[in-house]
Amino acid sequence: MSVTINDVKHISELAKLKFSDVELNEFTNQLNEILGYVEKLNELDTSNVEPLSYPVEMTNVFREDEATPSTPREIALLNSEDADEKYFRVPKVINQD
Amino acid sequence: MLNKYEAVIGLEVHAQLLTNSKLFCGCSAKFGNEPNTNICPICLGHPGVLPVLNKKAVEFTALMGLATNCKINQKSIFARKNYFYPDLPKGFQTSQYDKPLCEDGFLEVKTKDGLTKKINIKRIHLEEDAGKSIHDQAYETLVDVNRCSVPLMEIVTDPDINSSEEAYLYLTKIKQIVQYLDICDGNMEEGSLRCDANVSVRLIGEKTLGTKTEVKNMNSFRNVEKAINKEIERQIEIIEDGGKIIQQTLLWNDNDNNVSPMRSKEEAHDYRYFPEPDLMPVVIDEKWQTRLLSILPELPEKKIERFVTQYQLPLYDSEILTQDKSIAEYFENVTSICDDYKSASNWIMTSVLGYLNEKKINIKQFPISSENFGKMLNLIKSGIISSKIAKEIFSEMLENNSDPEIIIKEKNLVQISDTDEIKKIIEFILDTNKSELEDYLNGKEKIFGSFVGKIMKESKGKANPKIVNELLKSILESMKN
Repeated sequence: MSVTINDVKHISELAKLKFSDVELNEFTNQLNEILGYVEKLNELDTSNVEPLSYPVEMTNVFREDEATPSTPREIALLNSEDADEKYFRVPKVINQD
Repeated sequence: MLNKYEAVIGLEVHAQLLTNSKLFCGCSAKFGNEPNTNICPICLGHPGVLPVLNKKAVEFTALMGLATNCKINQKSIFARKNYFYPDLPKGFQTSQYDKPLCEDGFLEVKTKDGLTKKINIKRIHLEEDAGKSIHDQAYETLVDVNRCSVPLMEIVTDPDINSSEEAYLYLTKIKQIVQYLDICDGNMEEGSLRCDANVSVRLIGEKTLGTKTEVKNMNSFRNVEKAINKEIERQIEIIEDGGKIIQQTLLWNDNDNNVSPMRSKEEAHDYRYFPEPDLMPVVIDEKWQTRLLSILPELPEKKIERFVTQYQLPLYDSEILTQDKSIAEYFENVTSICDDYKSASNWIMTSVLGYLNEKKINIKQFPISSENFGKMLNLIKSGIISSKIAKEIFSEMLENNSDPEIIIKEKNLVQISDTDEIKKIIEFILDTNKSELEDYLNGKEKIFGSFVGKIMKESKGKANPKIVNELLKSILESMKN
Protein backbone atom coordinates (compact mmCIF):
# COMPACT_ATOMS: atom_id res chain seq x y z
CA MET A 1 0.00 0.00 0.00
CA SER A 2 1.24 3.46 -0.83
CA VAL A 3 -0.07 7.02 -1.01
CA THR A 4 0.14 9.55 -3.78
CA ILE A 5 0.62 13.26 -3.47
CA ASN A 6 -3.13 13.65 -4.05
CA ASP A 7 -3.91 11.49 -1.04
CA VAL A 8 -1.67 13.67 1.08
CA LYS A 9 -3.36 16.80 -0.28
CA HIS A 10 -6.75 15.33 0.58
CA ILE A 11 -5.66 14.43 4.10
CA SER A 12 -4.17 17.85 4.69
CA GLU A 13 -7.38 19.49 3.52
CA LEU A 14 -9.42 17.31 5.90
CA ALA A 15 -7.04 18.32 8.69
CA LYS A 16 -7.29 21.99 7.64
CA LEU A 17 -3.52 22.14 7.08
CA LYS A 18 -1.81 23.96 4.21
CA PHE A 19 1.51 22.77 2.82
CA SER A 20 3.86 23.87 0.05
CA ASP A 21 4.52 21.52 -2.88
CA VAL A 22 7.94 20.76 -1.44
CA GLU A 23 6.38 19.76 1.86
CA LEU A 24 3.69 17.70 0.15
CA ASN A 25 6.36 15.75 -1.74
CA GLU A 26 8.38 15.25 1.38
CA PHE A 27 5.38 14.03 3.40
CA THR A 28 4.34 11.69 0.61
CA ASN A 29 7.76 10.07 0.73
CA GLN A 30 7.80 9.92 4.50
CA LEU A 31 4.32 8.45 4.69
CA ASN A 32 5.21 5.83 2.11
CA GLU A 33 8.30 4.88 4.11
CA ILE A 34 6.16 4.39 7.20
CA LEU A 35 3.54 2.44 5.27
CA GLY A 36 6.25 0.27 3.75
CA TYR A 37 7.60 -0.48 7.20
CA VAL A 38 4.19 -1.43 8.49
CA GLU A 39 3.50 -3.40 5.33
CA LYS A 40 6.04 -5.90 6.60
CA LEU A 41 3.53 -6.90 9.27
CA ASN A 42 1.09 -7.94 6.55
CA GLU A 43 3.33 -10.88 5.78
CA LEU A 44 1.98 -12.48 8.94
CA ASP A 45 -1.30 -14.33 8.56
CA THR A 46 -3.68 -12.70 11.05
CA SER A 47 -6.94 -13.93 9.55
CA ASN A 48 -7.80 -15.78 12.77
CA VAL A 49 -6.73 -13.05 15.16
CA GLU A 50 -9.15 -10.52 16.67
CA PRO A 51 -8.10 -6.95 15.90
CA LEU A 52 -6.60 -5.31 18.96
CA SER A 53 -7.73 -1.75 19.40
CA TYR A 54 -6.66 -1.36 22.98
CA PRO A 55 -3.32 -2.25 24.48
CA VAL A 56 -4.90 -2.83 27.90
CA GLU A 57 -7.64 -5.34 28.50
CA MET A 58 -9.91 -3.12 30.50
CA THR A 59 -13.63 -2.92 29.93
CA ASN A 60 -16.61 -1.09 31.45
CA VAL A 61 -14.95 1.99 32.83
CA PHE A 62 -17.91 4.07 33.92
CA ARG A 63 -18.96 7.03 35.99
CA GLU A 64 -22.30 7.23 37.76
CA ASP A 65 -24.77 9.72 36.34
CA GLU A 66 -24.15 12.60 38.70
CA ALA A 67 -24.01 16.21 37.65
CA THR A 68 -21.02 18.08 39.03
CA PRO A 69 -20.26 21.80 38.85
CA SER A 70 -19.09 23.14 35.50
CA THR A 71 -16.40 25.67 34.74
CA PRO A 72 -17.53 29.27 35.29
CA ARG A 73 -18.46 30.76 31.94
CA GLU A 74 -16.05 33.69 32.04
CA ILE A 75 -13.18 31.25 32.58
CA ALA A 76 -14.40 28.83 29.92
CA LEU A 77 -14.63 31.63 27.36
CA LEU A 78 -11.21 32.95 28.30
CA ASN A 79 -9.27 30.48 26.15
CA SER A 80 -11.27 31.27 23.07
CA GLU A 81 -9.89 33.31 20.24
CA ASP A 82 -13.07 35.33 20.10
CA ALA A 83 -16.10 35.51 22.39
CA ASP A 84 -18.69 37.90 23.67
CA GLU A 85 -19.92 37.74 27.26
CA LYS A 86 -22.07 34.66 26.58
CA TYR A 87 -20.97 32.92 23.42
CA PHE A 88 -17.93 31.69 21.55
CA ARG A 89 -17.63 33.59 18.30
CA VAL A 90 -16.47 31.89 15.13
CA PRO A 91 -16.36 32.87 11.46
CA LYS A 92 -19.71 32.56 9.73
CA VAL A 93 -20.55 28.93 9.04
CA ILE A 94 -23.57 29.11 6.79
CA ASN A 95 -23.61 31.19 3.62
CA GLN A 96 -26.71 33.27 3.68
CA ASP A 97 -28.43 34.84 0.73
CA MET B 1 -47.68 9.81 -6.04
CA LEU B 2 -47.68 8.32 -9.52
CA ASN B 3 -48.69 4.69 -9.16
CA LYS B 4 -45.74 3.31 -11.04
CA TYR B 5 -43.27 4.60 -8.42
CA GLU B 6 -42.55 3.41 -4.94
CA ALA B 7 -40.75 5.33 -2.24
CA VAL B 8 -37.95 3.78 -0.20
CA ILE B 9 -37.33 5.47 3.11
CA GLY B 10 -34.95 4.89 5.98
CA LEU B 11 -35.14 6.90 9.18
CA GLU B 12 -32.45 8.01 11.57
CA VAL B 13 -33.87 9.08 14.88
CA HIS B 14 -31.78 10.87 17.48
CA ALA B 15 -33.13 10.79 21.00
CA GLN B 16 -31.63 12.92 23.74
CA LEU B 17 -31.32 10.74 26.81
CA LEU B 18 -32.74 11.90 30.13
CA THR B 19 -29.56 11.66 32.12
CA ASN B 20 -28.55 14.20 34.74
CA SER B 21 -25.03 14.61 33.41
CA LYS B 22 -23.36 14.55 30.01
CA LEU B 23 -22.01 11.46 28.30
CA PHE B 24 -18.33 11.87 29.19
CA CYS B 25 -18.17 14.49 31.94
CA GLY B 26 -20.15 15.63 34.96
CA CYS B 27 -21.59 18.79 33.37
CA SER B 28 -25.34 19.07 33.65
CA ALA B 29 -27.24 17.73 30.64
CA LYS B 30 -30.17 20.03 31.33
CA PHE B 31 -31.84 21.79 28.42
CA GLY B 32 -32.44 25.52 28.43
CA ASN B 33 -29.75 26.79 30.77
CA GLU B 34 -27.90 30.05 30.12
CA PRO B 35 -25.52 29.60 27.15
CA ASN B 36 -22.12 28.12 27.92
CA THR B 37 -22.76 27.51 31.60
CA ASN B 38 -22.76 23.68 31.43
CA ILE B 39 -19.26 23.30 30.04
CA CYS B 40 -15.88 22.10 31.24
CA PRO B 41 -12.49 21.25 29.74
CA ILE B 42 -13.73 17.76 28.76
CA CYS B 43 -16.76 18.80 26.69
CA LEU B 44 -14.79 21.76 25.38
CA GLY B 45 -12.22 19.32 24.03
CA HIS B 46 -9.22 20.85 25.73
CA PRO B 47 -5.95 19.01 25.11
CA GLY B 48 -5.14 16.17 27.46
CA VAL B 49 -8.58 15.66 28.97
CA LEU B 50 -10.03 12.17 29.28
CA PRO B 51 -13.67 11.18 28.88
CA VAL B 52 -15.35 8.77 31.30
CA LEU B 53 -18.52 7.07 30.10
CA ASN B 54 -21.87 7.68 31.79
CA LYS B 55 -23.20 4.27 32.83
CA LYS B 56 -26.83 5.32 32.80
CA ALA B 57 -26.61 6.38 29.14
CA VAL B 58 -25.35 2.90 28.28
CA GLU B 59 -28.21 1.30 30.21
CA PHE B 60 -30.82 3.54 28.60
CA THR B 61 -29.58 2.62 25.13
CA ALA B 62 -29.52 -1.09 25.95
CA LEU B 63 -33.07 -0.81 27.32
CA MET B 64 -34.19 0.74 24.06
CA GLY B 65 -32.55 -2.15 22.25
CA LEU B 66 -34.42 -4.68 24.36
CA ALA B 67 -37.68 -2.79 23.82
CA THR B 68 -37.23 -2.88 20.05
CA ASN B 69 -36.31 -6.56 19.71
CA CYS B 70 -32.62 -5.86 19.15
CA LYS B 71 -29.69 -8.04 19.91
CA ILE B 72 -27.49 -6.42 22.57
CA ASN B 73 -23.91 -6.73 21.49
CA GLN B 74 -21.82 -8.40 24.12
CA LYS B 75 -18.97 -6.09 23.33
CA SER B 76 -19.32 -2.68 21.83
CA ILE B 77 -16.82 0.07 21.26
CA PHE B 78 -16.77 3.80 20.67
CA ALA B 79 -15.28 5.44 17.61
CA ARG B 80 -14.24 8.90 16.54
CA LYS B 81 -16.13 10.44 13.66
CA ASN B 82 -13.83 13.14 12.39
CA TYR B 83 -15.07 16.42 10.99
CA PHE B 84 -14.67 20.09 11.69
CA TYR B 85 -17.61 22.16 12.75
CA PRO B 86 -17.51 24.88 15.39
CA ASP B 87 -20.24 23.32 17.54
CA LEU B 88 -18.00 20.29 17.98
CA PRO B 89 -14.91 21.68 19.68
CA LYS B 90 -12.91 18.42 19.70
CA GLY B 91 -12.90 18.14 15.91
CA PHE B 92 -14.55 14.74 16.14
CA GLN B 93 -17.78 13.33 17.46
CA THR B 94 -17.47 10.36 19.78
CA SER B 95 -19.92 7.86 18.39
CA GLN B 96 -20.09 4.16 17.62
CA TYR B 97 -19.29 2.67 14.25
CA ASP B 98 -18.86 -1.01 13.53
CA LYS B 99 -19.74 -2.23 17.01
CA PRO B 100 -22.83 -0.40 18.25
CA LEU B 101 -24.59 -1.32 21.49
CA CYS B 102 -27.62 -2.83 19.75
CA GLU B 103 -28.32 -4.36 16.34
CA ASP B 104 -30.96 -6.16 14.29
CA GLY B 105 -34.23 -5.21 15.91
CA PHE B 106 -37.66 -4.39 14.55
CA LEU B 107 -40.92 -2.65 15.27
CA GLU B 108 -44.33 -3.31 13.82
CA VAL B 109 -46.79 -0.59 12.88
CA LYS B 110 -50.41 -0.87 11.85
CA THR B 111 -51.37 1.21 8.82
CA LYS B 112 -54.75 2.79 8.13
CA ASP B 113 -55.80 -0.06 5.87
CA GLY B 114 -55.25 -2.46 8.76
CA LEU B 115 -52.01 -4.01 7.51
CA THR B 116 -49.14 -4.75 9.84
CA LYS B 117 -45.83 -3.51 8.57
CA LYS B 118 -42.55 -4.71 10.02
CA ILE B 119 -39.79 -2.13 10.04
CA ASN B 120 -36.33 -3.47 10.71
CA ILE B 121 -34.01 -1.58 12.98
CA LYS B 122 -30.46 -1.90 11.78
CA ARG B 123 -28.72 -0.50 14.81
CA ILE B 124 -29.01 1.62 17.92
CA HIS B 125 -25.90 3.34 19.10
CA LEU B 126 -24.81 5.86 21.66
CA GLU B 127 -23.06 9.09 20.76
CA GLU B 128 -22.62 12.65 21.92
CA ASP B 129 -24.67 15.61 20.77
CA ALA B 130 -23.06 18.69 19.24
CA GLY B 131 -23.41 22.23 20.55
CA LYS B 132 -25.67 24.86 19.09
CA SER B 133 -24.66 27.40 16.46
CA ILE B 134 -26.57 30.62 16.08
CA HIS B 135 -26.30 31.82 12.51
CA ASP B 136 -28.61 34.77 12.24
CA GLN B 137 -25.95 37.25 13.30
CA ALA B 138 -24.51 39.91 11.06
CA TYR B 139 -20.87 38.78 10.85
CA GLU B 140 -20.12 35.80 13.01
CA THR B 141 -21.63 32.55 14.11
CA LEU B 142 -22.17 32.28 17.85
CA VAL B 143 -21.64 28.96 19.56
CA ASP B 144 -23.28 27.61 22.72
CA VAL B 145 -21.51 24.46 23.86
CA ASN B 146 -24.04 23.48 26.57
CA ARG B 147 -25.58 20.74 24.46
CA CYS B 148 -22.23 19.39 23.35
CA SER B 149 -21.68 15.87 24.75
CA VAL B 150 -25.24 15.45 25.97
CA PRO B 151 -25.99 11.74 25.39
CA LEU B 152 -27.79 10.94 22.16
CA MET B 153 -29.14 7.59 21.16
CA GLU B 154 -29.35 7.07 17.41
CA ILE B 155 -31.85 4.56 16.06
CA VAL B 156 -31.36 3.63 12.41
CA THR B 157 -33.86 1.65 10.33
CA ASP B 158 -33.25 -0.35 7.22
CA PRO B 159 -34.74 1.21 4.08
CA ASP B 160 -37.99 -0.64 4.82
CA ILE B 161 -40.42 2.24 4.93
CA ASN B 162 -42.50 2.85 1.81
CA SER B 163 -44.71 5.80 2.72
CA SER B 164 -44.83 8.89 4.84
CA GLU B 165 -47.67 7.28 6.78
CA GLU B 166 -45.45 4.36 7.79
CA ALA B 167 -42.70 6.81 8.74
CA TYR B 168 -45.15 8.73 10.90
CA LEU B 169 -46.43 5.60 12.61
CA TYR B 170 -42.91 4.32 13.22
CA LEU B 171 -41.85 7.63 14.76
CA THR B 172 -44.94 7.75 16.95
CA LYS B 173 -44.08 4.29 18.20
CA ILE B 174 -40.47 5.23 18.90
CA LYS B 175 -41.68 8.25 20.85
CA GLN B 176 -44.14 6.13 22.80
CA ILE B 177 -41.46 3.58 23.69
CA VAL B 178 -38.85 6.12 24.82
CA GLN B 179 -41.51 7.73 26.98
CA TYR B 180 -42.56 4.38 28.44
CA LEU B 181 -38.92 3.65 29.23
CA ASP B 182 -38.55 7.15 30.65
CA ILE B 183 -35.27 7.62 28.78
CA CYS B 184 -36.17 10.60 26.56
CA ASP B 185 -39.01 13.09 26.74
CA GLY B 186 -39.80 12.56 23.06
CA ASN B 187 -40.44 16.19 22.23
CA MET B 188 -39.72 16.93 18.56
CA GLU B 189 -40.67 20.57 18.90
CA GLU B 190 -37.97 21.10 21.52
CA GLY B 191 -35.50 18.89 19.69
CA SER B 192 -35.15 16.14 22.26
CA LEU B 193 -36.28 13.79 19.50
CA ARG B 194 -35.00 14.45 15.97
CA CYS B 195 -35.57 12.64 12.76
CA ASP B 196 -33.68 12.61 9.47
CA ALA B 197 -35.17 10.79 6.52
CA ASN B 198 -33.26 9.12 3.70
CA VAL B 199 -35.59 9.16 0.74
CA SER B 200 -35.37 7.62 -2.71
CA VAL B 201 -37.88 6.52 -5.29
CA ARG B 202 -37.86 3.77 -7.91
CA LEU B 203 -40.19 2.16 -10.38
CA ILE B 204 -42.24 -0.57 -8.77
CA GLY B 205 -40.57 -3.91 -9.40
CA GLU B 206 -37.14 -2.33 -9.74
CA LYS B 207 -34.60 -4.15 -7.56
CA THR B 208 -31.85 -1.56 -7.19
CA LEU B 209 -32.34 1.49 -5.02
CA GLY B 210 -32.60 4.94 -6.51
CA THR B 211 -30.25 7.75 -5.53
CA LYS B 212 -31.22 8.95 -2.07
CA THR B 213 -31.35 12.33 -0.48
CA GLU B 214 -31.30 13.10 3.21
CA VAL B 215 -34.03 15.38 4.51
CA LYS B 216 -33.44 17.12 7.81
CA ASN B 217 -34.80 19.87 10.01
CA MET B 218 -38.32 18.62 10.62
CA ASN B 219 -39.51 19.77 14.02
CA SER B 220 -42.75 17.84 14.39
CA PHE B 221 -44.18 14.44 13.52
CA ARG B 222 -46.53 15.98 10.97
CA ASN B 223 -43.64 17.84 9.35
CA VAL B 224 -41.74 14.60 8.90
CA GLU B 225 -44.75 13.28 7.05
CA LYS B 226 -45.08 16.42 4.96
CA ALA B 227 -41.36 16.67 4.19
CA ILE B 228 -41.21 13.05 3.01
CA ASN B 229 -44.24 13.56 0.76
CA LYS B 230 -42.73 16.70 -0.68
CA GLU B 231 -39.39 14.99 -1.34
CA ILE B 232 -41.03 11.97 -2.99
CA GLU B 233 -42.99 14.34 -5.19
CA ARG B 234 -39.88 16.35 -6.06
CA GLN B 235 -37.87 13.26 -6.99
CA ILE B 236 -40.62 11.78 -9.16
CA GLU B 237 -41.01 15.09 -10.96
CA ILE B 238 -37.27 15.22 -11.74
CA ILE B 239 -37.25 11.64 -13.00
CA GLU B 240 -40.39 12.16 -15.07
CA ASP B 241 -38.72 15.18 -16.65
CA GLY B 242 -35.78 12.99 -17.59
CA GLY B 243 -33.48 14.39 -14.91
CA LYS B 244 -31.27 12.71 -12.34
CA ILE B 245 -31.47 12.84 -8.56
CA ILE B 246 -28.41 14.39 -6.93
CA GLN B 247 -27.36 12.83 -3.66
CA GLN B 248 -27.52 15.70 -1.19
CA THR B 249 -28.79 16.92 2.14
CA LEU B 250 -32.00 18.91 2.04
CA LEU B 251 -33.50 21.05 4.74
CA TRP B 252 -37.23 21.17 5.37
CA ASN B 253 -38.57 24.67 5.64
CA ASP B 254 -41.59 24.99 7.84
CA ASN B 255 -42.63 28.38 6.48
CA ASP B 256 -43.04 27.51 2.84
CA ASN B 257 -43.58 23.75 3.30
CA ASN B 258 -40.72 22.91 1.00
CA VAL B 259 -37.27 21.33 0.93
CA SER B 260 -34.12 23.07 -0.22
CA PRO B 261 -30.44 22.07 -0.38
CA MET B 262 -28.44 22.76 2.76
CA ARG B 263 -26.07 25.65 2.35
CA SER B 264 -23.16 24.78 4.52
CA LYS B 265 -19.41 24.96 4.32
CA GLU B 266 -19.13 21.47 5.77
CA GLU B 267 -16.90 19.44 3.47
CA ALA B 268 -17.74 16.28 1.65
CA HIS B 269 -18.10 13.49 4.17
CA ASP B 270 -14.93 11.60 4.88
CA TYR B 271 -15.27 10.82 8.53
CA ARG B 272 -12.24 8.51 8.92
CA TYR B 273 -13.81 6.59 11.80
CA PHE B 274 -11.37 4.88 14.11
CA PRO B 275 -11.70 3.30 17.55
CA GLU B 276 -11.72 5.87 20.35
CA PRO B 277 -8.53 5.12 22.28
CA ASP B 278 -9.67 6.97 25.41
CA LEU B 279 -12.76 4.85 26.06
CA MET B 280 -12.58 1.20 26.97
CA PRO B 281 -14.97 -1.29 25.33
CA VAL B 282 -18.37 -1.81 26.92
CA VAL B 283 -19.18 -5.40 27.78
CA ILE B 284 -22.78 -6.23 28.54
CA ASP B 285 -22.69 -9.78 29.82
CA GLU B 286 -25.64 -12.08 30.37
CA LYS B 287 -25.99 -11.09 34.00
CA TRP B 288 -26.26 -7.41 33.15
CA GLN B 289 -28.69 -8.14 30.36
CA THR B 290 -30.87 -10.21 32.66
CA ARG B 291 -30.95 -7.36 35.13
CA LEU B 292 -31.93 -4.92 32.37
CA LEU B 293 -34.69 -7.25 31.23
CA SER B 294 -35.98 -7.37 34.79
CA ILE B 295 -36.35 -3.58 34.93
CA LEU B 296 -37.89 -3.30 31.48
CA PRO B 297 -41.37 -1.84 32.08
CA GLU B 298 -44.55 -3.10 30.46
CA LEU B 299 -44.45 -1.79 26.89
CA PRO B 300 -47.36 -0.31 24.92
CA GLU B 301 -48.24 -3.47 22.97
CA LYS B 302 -48.39 -5.59 26.11
CA LYS B 303 -50.38 -2.94 27.94
CA ILE B 304 -52.93 -2.75 25.13
CA GLU B 305 -53.37 -6.52 25.29
CA ARG B 306 -53.74 -6.46 29.05
CA PHE B 307 -56.29 -3.63 28.97
CA VAL B 308 -58.39 -5.64 26.55
CA THR B 309 -58.37 -8.75 28.71
CA GLN B 310 -58.22 -7.33 32.22
CA TYR B 311 -60.73 -4.50 31.75
CA GLN B 312 -62.74 -5.97 28.85
CA LEU B 313 -62.17 -2.78 26.89
CA PRO B 314 -62.48 -2.55 23.11
CA LEU B 315 -59.11 -2.51 21.29
CA TYR B 316 -59.78 1.09 20.27
CA ASP B 317 -60.15 2.23 23.89
CA SER B 318 -57.06 0.31 24.95
CA GLU B 319 -54.99 1.90 22.22
CA ILE B 320 -56.10 5.42 23.11
CA LEU B 321 -55.62 4.93 26.85
CA THR B 322 -52.11 3.52 26.44
CA GLN B 323 -50.79 6.12 24.01
CA ASP B 324 -49.34 7.94 26.98
CA LYS B 325 -48.04 5.88 29.88
CA SER B 326 -49.26 8.43 32.42
CA ILE B 327 -52.79 8.34 31.04
CA ALA B 328 -52.79 4.56 31.28
CA GLU B 329 -51.63 4.94 34.85
CA TYR B 330 -54.39 7.45 35.60
CA PHE B 331 -56.96 5.08 34.12
CA GLU B 332 -55.71 2.22 36.26
CA ASN B 333 -55.76 4.39 39.38
CA VAL B 334 -59.35 5.36 38.62
CA THR B 335 -60.31 1.71 38.17
CA SER B 336 -58.93 0.93 41.61
CA ILE B 337 -61.72 3.18 42.95
CA CYS B 338 -64.51 2.41 40.47
CA ASP B 339 -64.82 -0.91 38.68
CA ASP B 340 -67.06 0.35 35.87
CA TYR B 341 -64.11 0.13 33.45
CA LYS B 342 -65.95 1.09 30.30
CA SER B 343 -67.43 4.16 31.94
CA ALA B 344 -63.96 5.16 33.21
CA SER B 345 -62.58 4.65 29.71
CA ASN B 346 -65.35 6.70 28.07
CA TRP B 347 -64.96 9.58 30.48
CA ILE B 348 -61.18 9.65 30.15
CA MET B 349 -61.20 9.40 26.35
CA THR B 350 -63.72 12.20 25.92
CA SER B 351 -63.86 14.59 28.86
CA VAL B 352 -60.37 14.18 30.28
CA LEU B 353 -58.42 14.00 27.00
CA GLY B 354 -60.61 16.78 25.62
CA TYR B 355 -59.68 18.99 28.54
CA LEU B 356 -55.96 18.14 28.24
CA ASN B 357 -56.01 19.00 24.53
CA GLU B 358 -57.90 22.20 25.07
CA LYS B 359 -55.56 23.41 27.82
CA LYS B 360 -52.48 21.90 26.16
CA ILE B 361 -51.42 20.25 29.40
CA ASN B 362 -50.48 16.68 30.28
CA ILE B 363 -52.26 14.29 32.60
CA LYS B 364 -49.86 15.05 35.43
CA GLN B 365 -51.14 18.63 35.39
CA PHE B 366 -54.77 17.50 35.28
CA PRO B 367 -56.58 19.05 38.26
CA ILE B 368 -58.83 16.13 39.23
CA SER B 369 -57.20 13.39 41.27
CA SER B 370 -57.83 9.81 40.14
CA GLU B 371 -59.45 9.20 43.51
CA ASN B 372 -62.06 11.94 43.16
CA PHE B 373 -62.61 10.97 39.54
CA GLY B 374 -63.25 7.38 40.56
CA LYS B 375 -65.65 8.53 43.27
CA MET B 376 -67.63 10.52 40.72
CA LEU B 377 -67.90 7.46 38.47
CA ASN B 378 -69.13 5.46 41.45
CA LEU B 379 -71.86 8.04 42.07
CA ILE B 380 -73.02 7.58 38.46
CA LYS B 381 -72.77 3.83 38.67
CA SER B 382 -74.91 3.60 41.79
CA GLY B 383 -77.50 5.95 40.30
CA ILE B 384 -76.96 8.71 42.85
CA ILE B 385 -76.24 11.22 40.11
CA SER B 386 -77.20 11.28 36.44
CA SER B 387 -74.50 11.62 33.82
CA LYS B 388 -75.84 15.07 33.11
CA ILE B 389 -75.25 16.11 36.72
CA ALA B 390 -71.90 14.36 36.55
CA LYS B 391 -70.88 16.76 33.78
CA GLU B 392 -71.67 19.67 36.12
CA ILE B 393 -69.73 18.07 38.93
CA PHE B 394 -66.85 17.39 36.55
CA SER B 395 -66.60 21.10 35.68
CA GLU B 396 -66.71 21.95 39.35
CA MET B 397 -63.98 19.43 40.13
CA LEU B 398 -61.80 20.92 37.41
CA GLU B 399 -61.83 24.15 39.39
CA ASN B 400 -60.54 22.80 42.66
CA ASN B 401 -60.37 18.98 42.65
CA SER B 402 -63.11 18.86 45.25
CA ASP B 403 -64.61 15.65 46.53
CA PRO B 404 -67.69 14.87 44.37
CA GLU B 405 -69.55 13.46 47.36
CA ILE B 406 -69.24 16.79 49.12
CA ILE B 407 -70.23 18.74 45.98
CA ILE B 408 -73.47 16.83 45.55
CA LYS B 409 -74.38 17.30 49.23
CA GLU B 410 -73.55 21.00 49.23
CA LYS B 411 -75.37 21.68 45.98
CA ASN B 412 -78.13 19.20 46.60
CA LEU B 413 -77.47 17.44 43.31
CA VAL B 414 -78.42 13.93 44.33
CA GLN B 415 -80.41 12.25 41.61
CA ILE B 416 -84.13 11.87 42.30
CA SER B 417 -85.00 8.22 42.07
CA ASP B 418 -88.02 8.44 44.31
CA THR B 419 -90.95 7.53 42.04
CA ASP B 420 -93.49 9.55 44.02
CA GLU B 421 -91.40 12.67 43.68
CA ILE B 422 -90.85 12.11 39.97
CA LYS B 423 -94.54 11.37 39.49
CA LYS B 424 -95.34 14.79 40.95
CA ILE B 425 -93.06 16.50 38.48
CA ILE B 426 -94.52 14.53 35.56
CA GLU B 427 -98.04 15.46 36.56
CA PHE B 428 -97.06 19.08 36.90
CA ILE B 429 -95.56 19.14 33.40
CA LEU B 430 -98.51 17.37 31.83
CA ASP B 431 -100.87 19.78 33.62
CA THR B 432 -99.04 22.85 32.36
CA ASN B 433 -98.75 21.57 28.78
CA LYS B 434 -102.29 20.59 28.06
CA SER B 435 -102.33 21.20 24.32
CA GLU B 436 -99.17 19.09 23.75
CA LEU B 437 -100.67 16.39 25.90
CA GLU B 438 -103.78 16.41 23.72
CA ASP B 439 -101.61 16.19 20.57
CA TYR B 440 -99.80 13.26 22.05
CA LEU B 441 -102.94 11.43 22.97
CA ASN B 442 -104.21 12.08 19.44
CA GLY B 443 -101.30 10.10 18.10
CA LYS B 444 -98.43 12.61 17.82
CA GLU B 445 -96.23 10.27 19.84
CA LYS B 446 -92.94 11.67 18.76
CA ILE B 447 -93.32 14.58 21.20
CA PHE B 448 -92.66 12.09 24.02
CA GLY B 449 -89.08 13.28 24.11
CA SER B 450 -90.05 16.88 24.58
CA PHE B 451 -91.99 15.89 27.72
CA VAL B 452 -88.93 14.10 29.03
CA GLY B 453 -86.86 17.21 28.35
CA LYS B 454 -89.28 19.44 30.23
CA ILE B 455 -89.44 17.04 33.18
CA MET B 456 -85.66 16.84 33.39
CA LYS B 457 -85.46 20.60 33.23
CA GLU B 458 -88.05 21.00 35.94
CA SER B 459 -86.06 18.63 38.15
CA LYS B 460 -82.92 20.63 37.38
CA GLY B 461 -81.48 17.55 35.75
CA LYS B 462 -81.72 15.55 38.93
CA ALA B 463 -84.54 13.18 38.01
CA ASN B 464 -83.34 9.70 37.17
CA PRO B 465 -83.91 9.64 33.40
CA LYS B 466 -84.63 5.93 33.31
CA ILE B 467 -87.39 6.23 35.88
CA VAL B 468 -88.75 9.35 34.16
CA ASN B 469 -89.03 7.45 30.89
CA GLU B 470 -90.73 4.45 32.43
CA LEU B 471 -93.13 6.44 34.59
CA LEU B 472 -94.06 8.89 31.85
CA LYS B 473 -94.76 6.07 29.43
CA SER B 474 -97.04 4.27 31.87
CA ILE B 475 -98.87 7.47 32.86
CA LEU B 476 -99.45 8.41 29.20
CA GLU B 477 -100.57 4.89 28.38
CA SER B 478 -103.07 4.97 31.23
CA MET B 479 -104.39 8.30 29.91
CA LYS B 480 -105.00 6.84 26.46
CA ASN B 481 -107.47 4.37 27.85
